[in-house]
Amino acid sequence: MSVTVKIPSQLRAATGNQAELEADGATVGEVLDAVFAEHGDLKERITEEGELRRFVNVYVGGEDIRYGEGLGTAVSDGNEITILPAVAGG
Amino acid sequence: MAANNLRCKECGAEYELGANFFCEKCFGPLEVRYDFSEMNADEARRRIQAGSQGIWRYSDFLPFDGKASDPLEPGMTPLIKADRLAERLGTTAEIWIKNDAANPTHSFKDRVVAVAIAKAKELGFETVACASTGNLANAVAAHAAAAGLDSYVFVPANLEEQKLLATDIYGTNLVGVNGNYDDVNRLCTQLADEKPWAFVNVNLRPYYAEGSKTLAYETVEQLGWKLPDRVITPIASGSLFTKINRGFQEWMDIGLVEGEMPVFHGSQAEGCSPVATAFAEGSNICRPQKPDTIAKSLAIGDPADGPYAVAQAHRTGGSIEMVNDDQIREGIRLLAETTGIFTETAGGVTVGVLKKLAEQGVLNSGEKVVVYITGEGLKTLDANRDSFAFTTIDPDPASFESKFGQEVAV
Repeated sequence: MSVTVKIPSQLRAATGNQAELEADGATVGEVLDAVFAEHGDLKERITEEGELRRFVNVYVGGEDIRYGEGLGTAVSDGNEITILPAVAGG
Repeated sequence: MAANNLRCKECGAEYELGANFFCEKCFGPLEVRYDFSEMNADEARRRIQAGSQGIWRYSDFLPFDGKASDPLEPGMTPLIKADRLAERLGTTAEIWIKNDAANPTHSFKDRVVAVAIAKAKELGFETVACASTGNLANAVAAHAAAAGLDSYVFVPANLEEQKLLATDIYGTNLVGVNGNYDDVNRLCTQLADEKPWAFVNVNLRPYYAEGSKTLAYETVEQLGWKLPDRVITPIASGSLFTKINRGFQEWMDIGLVEGEMPVFHGSQAEGCSPVATAFAEGSNICRPQKPDTIAKSLAIGDPADGPYAVAQAHRTGGSIEMVNDDQIREGIRLLAETTGIFTETAGGVTVGVLKKLAEQGVLNSGEKVVVYITGEGLKTLDANRDSFAFTTIDPDPASFESKFGQEVAV
């Protein structure tokens, strides 16, 4: 299943300056693993020991994956995954 | 200027003082770091006392070159000893109310916005923006108007009418978003990545947050250059809670005040309690919640500084408590009836927690407890709409007598 992953500008140095990436996978975790296979730097920046770092928020179609199954949240063809810093607001 | 750089609170990576709010290496929040090593306590005190009657008297502790200015300067709000409240609570502790509704737009948000907008001007921005639960919306619209900057204010579409009116009046671009605060916040984080705007609580958040330190400085000055023993604050993102602590710590480090770090209690509404829940569970992970509470100004389900707030409550021997909507309404009324201060729902949460701590016997006899009241009751009238009786009479003494049952002196 092909999913679009949106990358914030501060991380684009790790993606060859691409703002959007296409990747395949049945879950958020699988899609991100496919992205990490191409862009290894990204993995270290947003994950730690296989989990998302605590100030990284990931959304599927605008819904925070922590309300779903986390990295196990299912994705379907055409979904959009957004990675954002969690340190805004208040 | 004593401000050196921005530093990641997670991994320590350092960045220049620009419009930057998170660490590219680990996504941690950035915080302004200062070098106060050259500062002499007596000289610092003299400069403060010679300063303005608002937050700019603390310019040496804020991230600016020289003194910032602002036509709508907030701060120096009253700190009131609330003996009648203490009596009603049956405590022999000294209860002090820091009434921060007494700011230009009637909430503590004037402090953080004044700092953020002064920084936005220094960095050359022409448009400011924010994601808000209401109080921030009022403050950004007003301070942008006073500074002559364009503004965009993003709020949940279901916000209290009073807060919408008190924002739009300043001539801002008020944007109602179909969603809760966390949706608004996500949208603004995305927009901040694309627009050349200063989002006060997104890309300028490290500076914005510094404004809350002035609540600590004022408290110390108003107590006669002494620290309180215990403080109680509301918690939404956790920023205010952690920055009041930082303000005390800076002045202790410099020698402007002596003593022990106060015990910190945070206050949340049951209907949005990710930080209080993490504290109760002994966890430092704040699982996000979908808010359902009358305390809309505290309705942040995914609090950015939650983990730091939990750690601070443990470190200072305090706690993070929660109260339900009925206790919030009761807290609003209790404060009004004993101090003459009408606070919004967030203040009801904080006073509700004060009452809870008093009942649990947590407050020690004679100690100074400072309760931070961060907003104005007129902004959340709906919360109290059905809570009072209004009796109508005809304009004659007999009618008064029949309704109120008192003898009229002849």
